[in-house]
Amino acid sequence: MANSTTEKAKAVETTPVTLMSVLAPAVGWLIPGAGHMIQKRWIRGLLLFISIASLFLLGLGMQGRIYKANGGDILDILGFVGDVGAGAFYIITLAQDWGQGAIAFATADYGTKFMIVAGLLNFIAVADAYHIAIGKKQ
Amino acid sequence: MTITLNHFSAALVFSLFASVVFGITHRETTRDMVRYGIYCFAMFLGGVFVAGWAMWVLRR
Repeated sequence: MANSTTEKAKAVETTPVTLMSVLAPAVGWLIPGAGHMIQKRWIRGLLLFISIASLFLLGLGMQGRIYKANGGDILDILGFVGDVGAGAFYIITLAQDWGQGAIAFATADYGTKFMIVAGLLNFIAVADAYHIAIGKKQ
Repeated sequence: MTITLNHFSAALVFSLFASVVFGITHRETTRDMVRYGIYCFAMFLGGVFVAGWAMWVLRR
């Protein structure tokens, strides 16, 4: 019992903080898939970029709505958290004042969800890039 | 320019891209990534059909 606790503590302590373990997640958040590409996982990074970018851009094309930082109800806050995961796509969309949403289009709701899910999927991709950087995954 | 997708097309596109990301991030080897991605895609689409028919039954 005591041995397994000690071993677990040692395992937690030995995870190194390297430049790549910080850079890969940061770059991967900003540009989907880039965290994998800078670690020479080119195909994975490209596929992640295509998937996440396509979802986000389709969401914009469907006149979805982008959430800004807000202190409103929980769903608006969650929408913001999801959207911000898309990194540069979110930043550019805000800067260009796109993503205003269009109630007139029935698919605008799908578009909103597409953009939120794109951000959430990028969070998963960022975590994966981090795990590769710390050697937990090949 | 507005992109218009019907419900099924939107679900298909969503399933495809989400499955690609899940496959890559949840498995280690290329073969396992592809298999898991296909599995996720099948589950997504299967869920769409099940949910659709469930809604039809409820509406009756």
